[in-house]
Amino acid sequence: MNCEYELYDPSWCPGCGNYMIRTALKQALEELNIPPYKAVIVTGIGQAAKMPHYINANGFNGLHGRALPPAIGIKLSNKDLTVIAESGDGDTYGEGGNHFINTIRRNINIAHFVHDNQIYGLTKGQGSPTTALGQITTLQYEGVKVEPVKPLALSLTMGAGFVARGFSGDIPHLVELMKEAILYKGYAHLDILQPCVVWNKVNTYQWYKDRAYKLPDDYDYTDFDLAYKKALEFGDEIPIGILYKVERETYEDRFEFIRNGKPLVDVKLDPMDAEKLMNDFY
Amino acid sequence: MDYTILIGGAAGQGIETVVHLLERTIKRSGYHVFTYKNYMSMVRGGHNFMQVRFSDKPLYTYKTKVDMIFALTEESVQIHRENLNEDGIILVDDEMLQEEDFYHLSLNKIAKEIGNSKIIPTIGFGAIVKYLGMDIEIAENAVKEMFKDRILEVNLKGLIKGYDIGIEKYSIELKKDENIIINGNQALALGAIAAGVKYYCGYPMTPSTSVMSYISSKASQMGILVDQIEDEVGALNMVLGATYAGVRAMTGSSGGGFALMTEAMSLAGITELPAVIVNAQRPGPATGLSTRTEQGDLRFVIHSGHGEFPKMVISLRTPEDAFYQTARAFNLAEKYQMPVILLTEEYLTDYMMTSKPFEFDKIRIERYLSSKDELEEGRYKRYKYTDNGVSPRINPGQYEDKIVLVDSHEHDEYGNIDEAIETRNKMMDKRMKKFEILANEVEEPWQMGVDNPEILFVAFGATYGALKEAVDELNKEKSSFGALVYGDIWPFPTKLINELGKNAKKIITIEQNRTGQLESLINEKTRLVVGGRILKYDGRPLNGDEIVKEYKKLK
Repeated sequence: MNCEYELYDPSWCPGCGNYMIRTALKQALEELNIPPYKAVIVTGIGQAAKMPHYINANGFNGLHGRALPPAIGIKLSNKDLTVIAESGDGDTYGEGGNHFINTIRRNINIAHFVHDNQIYGLTKGQGSPTTALGQITTLQYEGVKVEPVKPLALSLTMGAGFVARGFSGDIPHLVELMKEAILYKGYAHLDILQPCVVWNKVNTYQWYKDRAYKLPDDYDYTDFDLAYKKALEFGDEIPIGILYKVERETYEDRFEFIRNGKPLVDVKLDPMDAEKLMNDFY
Repeated sequence: MDYTILIGGAAGQGIETVVHLLERTIKRSGYHVFTYKNYMSMVRGGHNFMQVRFSDKPLYTYKTKVDMIFALTEESVQIHRENLNEDGIILVDDEMLQEEDFYHLSLNKIAKEIGNSKIIPTIGFGAIVKYLGMDIEIAENAVKEMFKDRILEVNLKGLIKGYDIGIEKYSIELKKDENIIINGNQALALGAIAAGVKYYCGYPMTPSTSVMSYISSKASQMGILVDQIEDEVGALNMVLGATYAGVRAMTGSSGGGFALMTEAMSLAGITELPAVIVNAQRPGPATGLSTRTEQGDLRFVIHSGHGEFPKMVISLRTPEDAFYQTARAFNLAEKYQMPVILLTEEYLTDYMMTSKPFEFDKIRIERYLSSKDELEEGRYKRYKYTDNGVSPRINPGQYEDKIVLVDSHEHDEYGNIDEAIETRNKMMDKRMKKFEILANEVEEPWQMGVDNPEILFVAFGATYGALKEAVDELNKEKSSFGALVYGDIWPFPTKLINELGKNAKKIITIEQNRTGQLESLINEKTRLVVGGRILKYDGRPLNGDEIVKEYKKLK
């Protein structure tokens, strides 16, 4: 079985963090021996969301803010596929906020990689849900006037069983996080710090590099209170690594016919199976 | 015989109970039943009523006049007595109203003696069974199916007591019963299950909710994943994920929720993914009249979604039609890789009607998936240009050397973003080619009345039943009336309407909306001239009597 992922020429700006994230994604999938025809990358709209066009896996490039809903539909229909939802901070935490919250509640077995560059890239430099308070942008001339979303604290409080943060500038570390997220049985939230070299002159590669530090080896990722503290740490120091990881029952396992049955896509359809239902109406 | 019983009262008083018991008992006595339900948007209080009509002949609509009123409140008497036939009676509790010609029974007193005031409806039901001369055993069985344990005990006592004290007026002859009794949403849901729906997700909204709740009640048994999700925006996106993965999936809502799906409707258009979407219409704009009926979304669903792309709209006419059309919709959605909208309306979702049992062996499941040897070598072209615009479809994960890429941008044959002029033109033409071919496959409207009518009525959806009885009635006076009732309505079938329309003296459209949306389609797609219109938009369904009356006013 061929587990190598072919790459295509992207239209990302030179130096964009998306390149490193793609390199890590390719390596993670290959090291896990998941062949391209068994993996699906589901995205919304944005620069990050173009990923399915630049790597040879199954792809669903949908609508802005709507990466998660099709990812859910795909996973529930064919549990044998590895489903990765991937999109930017605006797509995920802004337009798609309601889907984000409810996907965490559902705990479906998908990995979610959020390319978080704290700015809108595709639409040219407006403030995103994670842009810092006061930061001047191409739209917020006097600075952003709303508090940023705290994505990891949000997913923790909604009950996510896997919460992590990576940095596009540390590819080997990011590969390990991606592999853990894909292998995790349930919804895995991985927020990936990534510079936007054109539109975000504040959160640059160097800015992240100066602040990102790896969680120590003896860090207890089953400690919720500790994880919550780490999730709020976003200033002079920013922790990267797995903040929280515990086992949780998945949504699909709560349905006997999915847990023990064939993937829904392989179930043979026969209208006569339903004929008995008519008995209720005599 | 053609007899109507109206049961009126406040929400929560047990109108549904009496109606359900009556429907089953009368149907099992071998008669056709049609129940019209009129609700206010309230869980308790307000004024609700339902009309159970029965006959030895098939019924298609409700009557304006009724033969019996079983009033659970004084208000019901005041509101409905003007619609009582001359020889009709009003059944009330003897403590409630003291008018001489009423059919008084000590419902309240008996209920207290038995020890449960909630059984008043069942006591009344017992009295009605006696009045009509129906078989008490059939009635008993209906009660036994409905209640359990101690509640069953008191209800059976109530039934027998009501039967004992009641007077007997008619003697209904017992006939052979082979029918089912079902409403539009139940039939729609059954059609979807027969067609192999494996994933249904949605957000509750009256009057669409009962589709989801029926499928949910059978979900584990039939292996269907039913998911109540965060909003309708998510619903259609999830359905598209599911159909991309290869299962049959469906969602449904009413106008406001459907509006939220229009973004993903457009996505279905460009990604060329199949989907079946129900819009159960209620009067708008916005929240409008939540529990009432209208046909005001016809133009909205036809044009739902930004941009131009093929879709199909099927308006449902009867519960039986809902069953077969829903099953067919899944085949068409996959054949043309496009969204199919099932347009229903509150009236049809709620009324109960006896039908011939549905023939499940007539349902065909056609998936239109391509096998490996139909695909060309090398990278899979999800959007391959073909003569009919339909590209070979496979599921992701099916073949080791094929990956499946779908995209909301304009794209090339592989599904990759492409803005080239040539690609754009060819892809638009490819998608719209499917619509042109679909236009040859749509079904012409149902035709009723005389073959070459002088007066041609044209309607769509659930107006069918009312129009059927109206045309039969009008043809008794002068045999010159005919009607067409649209099911498939987009693409708009024009063959039959052109044939009948050009010879008719007058075309009259009948619609439950304010602006004549079907008429506008006729104007747009034919050269016929509509000469008259009957429009109703008060939220209450048209019946046959009303169409006859309105037609005579037009003249």
